[in-house]
Amino acid sequence: MKKSIRWRLALILCSVLIALFLFLPSTPVSAKLPEWWKQSVPRIALGLDLRGGSHLVMQVETDKAVESSVDNIAASLQTAAASEGLAVTFSRAGQDIAAKFAEPLEEKVTEFIKKNYAVLEFKSRAKGEFLYNLSKNEVKRLKEWAVTQALERTRRRVDKFGVAEPSIYKQEQDQIALQLPGVKNPQEAISFIKTTGKLEFKLVDSEPSRLQQALAGKVPEGRELLYEEDVDETGRIVRRPNLVFKQTLLTGDRLTEAKVGMDQFGKPAVSIAFDGEGARIFERITAESVGKQMAIVLDGVVHSAPRIQERIAGGSAQITGNFTHDEAARISIVLRESLPAPMKVVQNVTVGPSLGQDSIDMGVRAALIGGLFVVVFMVFYYRLSGLIADYAIVVNLILLLGAMALMNATLTLPGIAGIILTIGMGVDSNVLMFERIREEIRSGKQPRPAIDAGYDKAFLTILDSHVTTLITAAALFLFGTGTIKGFAVTLSLGIIINLYSALVGTKVIFDIINSKWKLEKLSI
Amino acid sequence: MLQILHKTNIDFMGWKNVSFTVSAALIALGLIALVQIGRGKANLGIDFVGGTTVQLSFKERLPIDMARIALEKGGFQGATIQQVGEGNKILIRARESEGTADKIQAAFKQEFPGNSFEVDSIMEIGPVIGKALQRDALIAITVSIIAIIIYIAMRFEFKFGVAAAIATMHDVLAVLGAFTILNKEINLLTITALLTLAGYSLTDTVVVFDRIRENLKRGKREPLPNLVNSSINEVLSRTIITSLTVVLVLIPLVLFGGEVLHDFSLALLIGVIVGTYSSVFVASPILVVWHVRTGGRLITK
Repeated sequence: MKKSIRWRLALILCSVLIALFLFLPSTPVSAKLPEWWKQSVPRIALGLDLRGGSHLVMQVETDKAVESSVDNIAASLQTAAASEGLAVTFSRAGQDIAAKFAEPLEEKVTEFIKKNYAVLEFKSRAKGEFLYNLSKNEVKRLKEWAVTQALERTRRRVDKFGVAEPSIYKQEQDQIALQLPGVKNPQEAISFIKTTGKLEFKLVDSEPSRLQQALAGKVPEGRELLYEEDVDETGRIVRRPNLVFKQTLLTGDRLTEAKVGMDQFGKPAVSIAFDGEGARIFERITAESVGKQMAIVLDGVVHSAPRIQERIAGGSAQITGNFTHDEAARISIVLRESLPAPMKVVQNVTVGPSLGQDSIDMGVRAALIGGLFVVVFMVFYYRLSGLIADYAIVVNLILLLGAMALMNATLTLPGIAGIILTIGMGVDSNVLMFERIREEIRSGKQPRPAIDAGYDKAFLTILDSHVTTLITAAALFLFGTGTIKGFAVTLSLGIIINLYSALVGTKVIFDIINSKWKLEKLSI
Repeated sequence: MLQILHKTNIDFMGWKNVSFTVSAALIALGLIALVQIGRGKANLGIDFVGGTTVQLSFKERLPIDMARIALEKGGFQGATIQQVGEGNKILIRARESEGTADKIQAAFKQEFPGNSFEVDSIMEIGPVIGKALQRDALIAITVSIIAIIIYIAMRFEFKFGVAAAIATMHDVLAVLGAFTILNKEINLLTITALLTLAGYSLTDTVVVFDRIRENLKRGKREPLPNLVNSSINEVLSRTIITSLTVVLVLIPLVLFGGEVLHDFSLALLIGVIVGTYSSVFVASPILVVWHVRTGGRLITK
């Protein structure tokens, strides 16, 4: 055997073995494979249309977030104006703030707003009325913030709902997409995700001996053991115990605002504000408990436990500490949990588990029948050479599945169609070569030069036809969603692998046959 | 050597009047379908226009009339109902989106408490998503057609490129027209099939054009119509067989692939057949007619 043949044979053998190693654990054979094998390779994931589950897209109503922020600004301007004795009425008009006043106050009002809310931009004036709006940047920031907050919240809610392997991500600018495998009743999941968590403020019992006692299993009367969860540098979740009083002092529905601000030293801090009743309660608690820690508890998990420095009146407070901006943002998101981030479901695609299994069964059966048709046809039409084409089909299929496992690709129902389609298309390369070889033989060439000429001359045609299909597959991949993407992935991988096995895979077999036996006649 | 076709000598160019008439009709159908889509009158899937489909699998057979009564009681007058498979599965389609699937289920639970059901699938698409998907589909179609034309123009000479692009659009339009006549729903999967088809139908055209170019380069002193004719005859068997292998895998998909894959593979099947026809009867004659009218060199040697 020539050296080049040996090399090519080794290349094909290696790639087939690697592919088998990669995809076998993703097949039903998996149960019989050793544990180390299964754990060392990535899997081909099944799409929601095959395994059953819900694909949801929620739209965050960012305009409402802007409006509620404008409401808050109007309210606090009103408070500030009252304390300065300025006779002006602030109200929200759409996403703008209207200031109404007696005409002679014009200059004073302008001054006042400039001093208190620099983010406001002057928009228009009428008799005794100014219209202000938020700057474009501020609106953009508020909208982005609303989406970030909704995303975090959705993650937490889904965690609590208990879905295995969920995938939650942002798409477009203001949408949150959720893939929830195994969810049978999407409406239940949606309402769970949309409801707010339970936010409570509780005092911490910081006496170390009582904490020890609680950890030993004897929780003192009137207290409970709650954990604070944190992620350390290695990515591990660390749980820190906190002994808190059972009594809830204040709940989240009294909060009107929670946002990242600056403390007096210019460090990131969290600014919070309560409504009237909340402010009174908060003042009483802070007065009674100066020096103690107050835990912020969301759905039974402690998220922060700031120390009360002094009595706080007026309902506005700041949580300070050695926060980074991200930490402050995280806490303010937790605090805003109780402020609904309005979302509406704009897409819900759910497939029940039985339909998914039916789809797999039918798709695989149709694919097998189709594959069999082609395999039989090739041998029938091209005789022994057809066998070589059939071997190429098998190699193609193995390499395609291996590549899908390697890329951790998702197999969808159209993806199954994509696989079978690449079998039909892949065999085309061999048809083009075989027909060309036949032509060369008819023109009087010996088998060996006929084969070489056939491969040479058919090469460009094969390349062209593969590239055009690849172009559309790429377009589908870039603009498709979900199941369509799955189809595009299998199709593109299939086309590339076809090209490889057509150019390397089948030629080497012809070369081996040629070098072993002097071919007088070609079975084609 | 087993051959479908022995050495053929068909006068393809002689058929061009007939084939151009047939193709003009196919293109016209496709254009009508496009206009209908533009006017919002086409049978567009809910993934493009928004709405809800729910497929329920009942324990016992449920007559459509009774299902309709239940839906009307539940306040879904405009909903359409369709029986799927053996008769205990029904598919409901409504125009409303958010929360509709739940209300439909509730309506059935109340009306037929004894006949329990399982949810096979739910699809609720809000109008916002429908618009976004329409936009994405349009971008994907435009991008891929332009990219294909650029590629073909690079690989072949200009007139070849244009003729191939026209043949490709002909195929896509023909399938679109066929789907409109068959009153099949045009959804995201149909568009996927059309795009896949656009890429694949070029294969046959490329095979024919390659041969025409090869024969031109050999410098045969022959009038172009004759040369094109003999080129097509030379590659006719491979044009047919390459399509045949794809048809062989598509037929089982159409017959046994299940509801979801049925329309998808049907679109591909029609497209592959039309594509084979167009590579012989559309792309090549366009090339000949154009060249005979304008003259000049067809290839640069």
